[in-house]
Amino acid sequence: MQRNEAIRPSIDGTHMSSAPLITLVLILSSLAYWLGRRRAFALARRPSAGKLHSRPGYYGVLTGLWCGLPALVIVAVWQMAADPLLTRMAMDGVAAAKGVVNPDQINLLVNDMRNLVAGNVVAHEVDPLIQAAADRYLGLQRISNLALATAALTAALVGAYLILARIRPALRARNQVERVIEIILTLCSTFAVFITIGIVLSVLFESIRFFQQIPLADFLFGLKWSPQMAIRADQAGSSGSFGAIPVLTGTFLISGIAMAIAVPFGLMSAIYLSEYAGSTFRATVKPLLEILAGVPTVVYGFFAALVVAPAIRDLGALTGLPVASESALAAGLVMGIMIIPFVSSLSDDVINAVPQSLRDGSYGLGATKSETIKLVILPAALPGIVGSILLAVSRAIGETMIVVMAAGLAANLTFNPLQAVTTVTVQIVTLLVGDQEFDSPKTLAAFALGMLLFVVTLALNVIALYVVRKYREEYE
Amino acid sequence: MAAVLDTVVDMRDVVMEKNEADAVAAKARKVDRDERRTVGLPFVEEPRMICREVNVYYGDKHAIRNVSIDVGKNEVLAMIGPSGCGKSTFLRCLNRMNDTVAGCRVTGEIFLDDLNIYDRKVDVVPLRAQVGMVFQKPNPFPKSIFDNVAYGPKIHGLVNSKSELQDIVESSLKKAGLWNEVSDRLDQPGTGLSGGQQQRLCIARAIAVRPEVILMDEPCSALDPIATATVEDLITELKEQYTIVIVTHNMQQAARVSQRTAYFHLGDLVEVGSTDRIFTNPRHQLTEDYITGRFG
Repeated sequence: MQRNEAIRPSIDGTHMSSAPLITLVLILSSLAYWLGRRRAFALARRPSAGKLHSRPGYYGVLTGLWCGLPALVIVAVWQMAADPLLTRMAMDGVAAAKGVVNPDQINLLVNDMRNLVAGNVVAHEVDPLIQAAADRYLGLQRISNLALATAALTAALVGAYLILARIRPALRARNQVERVIEIILTLCSTFAVFITIGIVLSVLFESIRFFQQIPLADFLFGLKWSPQMAIRADQAGSSGSFGAIPVLTGTFLISGIAMAIAVPFGLMSAIYLSEYAGSTFRATVKPLLEILAGVPTVVYGFFAALVVAPAIRDLGALTGLPVASESALAAGLVMGIMIIPFVSSLSDDVINAVPQSLRDGSYGLGATKSETIKLVILPAALPGIVGSILLAVSRAIGETMIVVMAAGLAANLTFNPLQAVTTVTVQIVTLLVGDQEFDSPKTLAAFALGMLLFVVTLALNVIALYVVRKYREEYE
Repeated sequence: MAAVLDTVVDMRDVVMEKNEADAVAAKARKVDRDERRTVGLPFVEEPRMICREVNVYYGDKHAIRNVSIDVGKNEVLAMIGPSGCGKSTFLRCLNRMNDTVAGCRVTGEIFLDDLNIYDRKVDVVPLRAQVGMVFQKPNPFPKSIFDNVAYGPKIHGLVNSKSELQDIVESSLKKAGLWNEVSDRLDQPGTGLSGGQQQRLCIARAIAVRPEVILMDEPCSALDPIATATVEDLITELKEQYTIVIVTHNMQQAARVSQRTAYFHLGDLVEVGSTDRIFTNPRHQLTEDYITGRFG
């Protein structure tokens, strides 16, 4: 396991000690809030001091923030930085003394030390050098924790004092507090973006490793998918081939069948619910339809594998068509049913959002209901409808469970919906289940497939955005 | 002085016997019924639309009570009255737009020429093509200016060829006084026009269906004074070819554009008469109070 070099901070070792510290900082900061507020009140009562710029509570909050935030930041940064640093200091010279140079083996030594520190059972006899390092680590950790506590508490007290001393009527406490809150809000809103970037990068780096071993052209244009490889030279086994076309075809075939079910059914039911159905019918049926979206996909998988697939096979047998017992059609049909509510519910909402005045205008010109829907309402609701379809497509492409259970694992390159196919997501799962080694293209192929999936969905999004921009009929 | 008078009235109330009070209430009810009878001349020699004993209910609410009125040929009939008096509701009865409102029920008879429009056999679709409507807020479709005007002729199959459609669009826009402003950008979205232009586009859209009657529900309430003046001029011109019923909050507007005026009050049609007479010599107390600005 070459990639398992991650230096995990031992949870019980370092983090337990910070819990009381954080509690103490929080207590101090509420104390600071109370002190700041009291001081502001006292100032406000003094007639010579003039009018306070902000309400007393803001002075309290400002003091509390300056007391708590710097201390908490110090705790967070320290916790992240301390462990690798301590480990290096503790292991200083150990590797050299044992004559180890290979980074993998050094990692093994570090892990041994870590296990000793955590009190875990160690596989083999304890090396005195390692034992010494572990003792050193524990000593260093004690010092580090003490230093952290001192630093954090000092920061808290200094911060609170600095603000308390500056509290006077002219201090614009409200503006400063609002600024801090704005910064916190900004951080929260960018959090998801950074996580997304992180996910993409992690997939990207593994994919690059894959493409160092398998040429990009072979992957993108190869017509054979057979990721099994011999692990050792003396082992019998195929050499593996990584053509993504059959897998991608399977994904598109199944998604296409699913969309062919979901779009007409979903759109028609949305039109019926929003334009024709009575309010009681709508209030009953819409939540029921949305329940479909809440059924776990595994349950749909049962349904597909145990009911739909055999039914299709039997039907095929009756008509003389050769149908595999696991077929793309079964998976696609059930997946289509699964995503009907995505299309219907969202489309219903956007159709309802079209202003009544447009309907009135059309009826006032003597248009019938169906003319009004076709010529006025649907064009006006188009962006939202495309959005709902797009959401459904990404659900279909990303869906795994139904396909595993109903469509099989065989990577057949076929457009025949009656045969077994496999999809990108299913292959990713099978590649990453069980033991893997991260220097084998077999495992890395999963990341390449993930990257491919990401690029495909991104492209679909861009195309849909373009379509919506071009054909949207903007009301208001 | 007034306070003293009030006290006297109060004392009289106190000493009033119960049966006396009942008698007064009965008289008040009678007066109320009398007042509900429409004053003036609701009927004309050459009617285009005839409404008799029209009642409208929204659920339990009695929104229009026993309204009988004629709409004459090639005249502009203005309907005025305070907010919530039912004038828009009544207007929407004339092309059965109230059908789309849930819980709305209409009784009585409304004739367009010889056709009882509330007859069971009548199809609302051709009716609304004959009785067009312009709404309070301009509501152009989110389509190009051309498609907005072409919408009606297309769905009614009024045209055989593209050039014919272009002719209808051009003539409708010209009649609506919008052609000169938009002739070079017919493919631009109608929603991009100014408010006054949008309202004239909606009028052009209604004209393109070749209606006999045009209903206008406060067509200028969302417009600035200059756009309002343009639309009012347009109404005066359209009167030559169409019968127009206009609901308005603006009494000066009613005085400027209409030949006859109907005053509605809390669901009753109080007074109808020639616009000149209504505004110079109202016969009913409520009409006088309203047009002199005592309420509303």
